[in-house]
Amino acid sequence: MSSPSSKPCGNPLPKASDGVSRRAVLLTLAGGTAALLAPPIHAEPDDMAKAIHEFTGGISPQKGRIKIDVAPLVENGNSVAIAVIGESPMRAEDHIRTIALFNEKNPQPQVARFHLTPRSGTARVETRIRLATSQHLVAIARMSDGSLWSDEVEVIVTIAACTEE
Amino acid sequence: MAGTLIDVPKTAKRGEIIRLRALVAHPMETGYRREITGAVIPRLIIHTFTCDYDGEEIFRAELFPAMAANPMIAFTTIATKSGPVTFRWIDDAGAIITEKVMLNVTE
Repeated sequence: MSSPSSKPCGNPLPKASDGVSRRAVLLTLAGGTAALLAPPIHAEPDDMAKAIHEFTGGISPQKGRIKIDVAPLVENGNSVAIAVIGESPMRAEDHIRTIALFNEKNPQPQVARFHLTPRSGTARVETRIRLATSQHLVAIARMSDGSLWSDEVEVIVTIAACTEE
Repeated sequence: MAGTLIDVPKTAKRGEIIRLRALVAHPMETGYRREITGAVIPRLIIHTFTCDYDGEEIFRAELFPAMAANPMIAFTTIATKSGPVTFRWIDDAGAIITEKVMLNVTE
């Protein structure tokens, strides 16, 4: 993992062995300018609302029974440890079927959907996500009875994930 | 073969809730980054992760580009009987990575 192109945040660089021609330099400059002028790719808060609407079918989730556990201030948006914890007995007649995680300002509003079963024992899922900038996160749990529950947190990010290079 | 890292207890009591943690080496290329020439680096992410144990799927995740590179997912299950626990990752190129560990369940 030592090649320049594998750097999580850097642009892939030409290999040192490549001859640098005038054409290559001009192309590079042109490309860089195009990248700078390209509109920023960020989901609008509306996009998150749309993605949530698609998941819920338009039913407003109630607050509670699901909790997002994430540091309120994270240094590196490339890898943010996060846990979603549902309050449920996780029995056949009463369990969480799906936990969906959404973000407000990454290029896409979806983060992940976790499908659980009564055999899960608990409704606790941990993972690591990317955050392009400081923003809100929303988790929605769909219960076996179809009811929807949600939690929302705000995370401040000091070094953003490079979602656009 | 992609590198995987699985953290599952070797033994568990029947009925015990155990934590399963699975990590796979994968760039999770978002499709939003650009080469220095301005060309978009195509999206290549793992979009599906599943775990099978004791005859059925016990966990499934649908993943999006907002998942960090080298995705790690930890979840729980109830130990039911001794046998393999199978983890499977599927990416946009159709590559399937499978990892199996044995879990020994005691009375």
